[in-house]
Amino acid sequence: MLELTVDGRTLQVAVGTSVAAALAMAGDGCTRTSVSGQRRAPLCGMGICQECRVTIDGARRLACQTSCRDGMQVRSLP
Amino acid sequence: MIEHVDILIIGAGPAGIHAALAAAPSGLRIVLLDDNPLPGGQIWRDGPQASLPTQATRLRERLQACANVQIQGSTRVIARPAPHQLLVENDQRGWIIGYAKLILCTGARELLLPFPGWTLPGVTGAGGLQALIKGGLPVAGERVVVAGSGPLLLASAHSAAKNGARILRIAEQASTRAVAGFATQLPRWPHKWLQSLQLFSPAYRPGSHVLAALGDDRLEGVRLMQQGRIREVPCDRLACGFGLVPNTQLGEALGCALQDRAIAVDAWQASSLADHFAAGECTGFGGSELASVEGSIAGHAAAGDQAAAQRLWPQRARWQGFAAVLNRAFALDPALAALCAPDTLVCRCEDVPFAALAAHCDWREAKLATRCGMGACQGRVCGAATAHLFGWQPSAPRPPFSPARIETLLRLDGHPPA
Amino acid sequence: MNPTAVADAIVIGAGIVGAACAQALAKRGLSVRVLDAGTPGATAAGMGHLLVLDDNAAELALSQYSLQRWRDIAGSLPNGCAYRSNGTLWLAANDEEMAVAEHKFEVLREHGEACEILAGNALREREPLLREGLEGGLLIKGDGIVYAPAAAQWMLDHPLIRQQRATVTEVDGNRVRLADGQWLSAGMVLLANGIQATELCPELPIQAKKGHLAITDRYPAQITHTLVELGYVTSAHNASGPSTACNIQPRPTGQLFIGASRQFNTTDPDVEGWMLAKMLRRAAEYVPALNTLNVIRAWTGFRAASPDGLPLVGEHPQRPGLWLAVGHEGLGVTTAPATADLLVAQLFDESLPLAATPYLPQRFLGGSSHA
Repeated sequence: MLELTVDGRTLQVAVGTSVAAALAMAGDGCTRTSVSGQRRAPLCGMGICQECRVTIDGARRLACQTSCRDGMQVRSLP
Repeated sequence: MIEHVDILIIGAGPAGIHAALAAAPSGLRIVLLDDNPLPGGQIWRDGPQASLPTQATRLRERLQACANVQIQGSTRVIARPAPHQLLVENDQRGWIIGYAKLILCTGARELLLPFPGWTLPGVTGAGGLQALIKGGLPVAGERVVVAGSGPLLLASAHSAAKNGARILRIAEQASTRAVAGFATQLPRWPHKWLQSLQLFSPAYRPGSHVLAALGDDRLEGVRLMQQGRIREVPCDRLACGFGLVPNTQLGEALGCALQDRAIAVDAWQASSLADHFAAGECTGFGGSELASVEGSIAGHAAAGDQAAAQRLWPQRARWQGFAAVLNRAFALDPALAALCAPDTLVCRCEDVPFAALAAHCDWREAKLATRCGMGACQGRVCGAATAHLFGWQPSAPRPPFSPARIETLLRLDGHPPA
Repeated sequence: MNPTAVADAIVIGAGIVGAACAQALAKRGLSVRVLDAGTPGATAAGMGHLLVLDDNAAELALSQYSLQRWRDIAGSLPNGCAYRSNGTLWLAANDEEMAVAEHKFEVLREHGEACEILAGNALREREPLLREGLEGGLLIKGDGIVYAPAAAQWMLDHPLIRQQRATVTEVDGNRVRLADGQWLSAGMVLLANGIQATELCPELPIQAKKGHLAITDRYPAQITHTLVELGYVTSAHNASGPSTACNIQPRPTGQLFIGASRQFNTTDPDVEGWMLAKMLRRAAEYVPALNTLNVIRAWTGFRAASPDGLPLVGEHPQRPGLWLAVGHEGLGVTTAPATADLLVAQLFDESLPLAATPYLPQRFLGGSSHA
């Protein structure tokens, strides 16, 4: 198991868990807000749709294609 | 500093893995690239809630044992600095790989067609949900409706059910007749026939399609057209995908000819561009068995072993038969092009509604006027959708082939033209 | 060949210049047929930067007048035009460039432009993402940005304007021939189709200058003004070889729009990786934080450049009935309204606060061919 922080909440997940899954475990699974103000969550699960763009350790990444790491800081996009 | 390899393989799904294993005995230096953290592609995606078939695990072990094969995960292709070179990027850095031969195994993505409510959290692709579940998405106790088209719906529902979800409906748009016709052909491929029996679900409803996803901030239910009648089904997740679209952007950008919207290849899996091969779903779909044998043929051909490649032709032909049956059965009902309401968003990156697009005559004009296709997905989702809705041809891909860090793109400036 | 009379005026090119002219003509009661080939042009590709430029007096007069016209119409522009008056911050990396900034400041102030000189530290207070060690800058407050394709569409939305998708293959005074062989005529024909103008009038001294552009993903807004290096004035605008200059525009979307580059002697629309990288490198030298941002799209466009950097606006001296509004180089969006006003003033023999002489086609094409 490893521990990471998602939008300020700390949680433990199994090794190999995607950040997308961690977001769903820590909260409502939403990753970003669209240009017209809708909350969005992962759609394609395979790195195509870009709905799961989040900030991971300060960098813009796709949650569905990033594995959680110990100490990772994840912020969904406002 | 350019990393030089003999064979560069893009995509580590069934096709890419088999290509690498086929080419490995040659001793040539092989790099296998994938944008996911681990090899496997979609069907053999690894993760805490994935259950890999033994075959897949064995293949990965064999791959790891090849000293001359290097697997680069979490890596995307960004640009082509020069012929036989690709600029790639992972989470840490960007670098250039020079190659003698390239094998494109870029697979396919789901066709995600817009319908009212499809942007609600809780709505995913069918393969999308399966991928998310394998990566650890908890679905235990959740009520799931699967919809769209193709055998992937059953596989997706199966994954969800195995992880504790309640499958309420599997709404397949193909008619009962088409599905039954497909099923009666399956015994020609006993393995697939057995698979279908394992995956069969009493929730399966052919001749059914989604009309709308319902809910305010989150999915709360689905309205379905189910065999002629409208039904509303309260649920927590809607996993909806309408078949597969080959990922041809990279091939197209490199100059490979397309046919029927897939990368065109000959008997050797060679594309129209010398030294460039393609295998798997990006050349047209037909499942993992076809992708695997195509990958092997490409790997042998790229490594110069024509005889070994040719020995696999009969096996490929067998699985091509399956592909043909598959594609016929699950052809899309034209009614699916009419699901959008005027305010249904088609471009999700830029929030462009259907009504704004319908006023235009082609992709380029629509893009300029509405910004559809100008977002981070680079037109992959909306381009496939508008091709289906309006028959528009998306424009040719330009670099960067994926969103890329500026510091990565800076590596291109060592290459001014002669 | 019997041409079909279709309108009081035919405008070739529905980019920002053609659109502005068509709108101005329509507002005078002329019916206008706008013909556009549907091929990508500078309006579609460009940055939509609205700025005063003072390389020479005529350019300053034109850009200043035109920028005021943009301010006049700003309130009427729909949201999709994304008009913002966010100012341009010209950046000086060294003493030499700072001297240029100070000179510019004097000139612009004399001409009534609201501007401010910022020294070193003050610069980073206004724009914290700028690298340390810059000498200073000049803030021109009245400059802005606009999404030109939407602005062009807004201008063309007039009951007297009819748009037609058509390629013009030949121009003969006030008549044009289309690709399908049909001839159309009007009271006048206006050529406003950028680098394609030389296909119809080979004698026009228009040269294509290729530019690369890139745009990032959406990020929380941290840059306020459009950032342009003063090296731009010396290097990019006047050089004869390929050149790049830092030009970073904060879009209202939260994206950063990055330019600028110039290449001659090529009409190849492909993105050239080496040039894109050179341009991005230049930009990242001024804003190091750019390095970790994602570019989501890159593309190219072609500016229509004239030998003296000023557009040709007026009647073709040797081809009566054919009018010109071409050669705007990198200032087409800024100077479109002024171009339209100049055109209408010449047509109706009116005077403007802006003298027409520096932009007349005669300066390159010679006098009229008849007495």
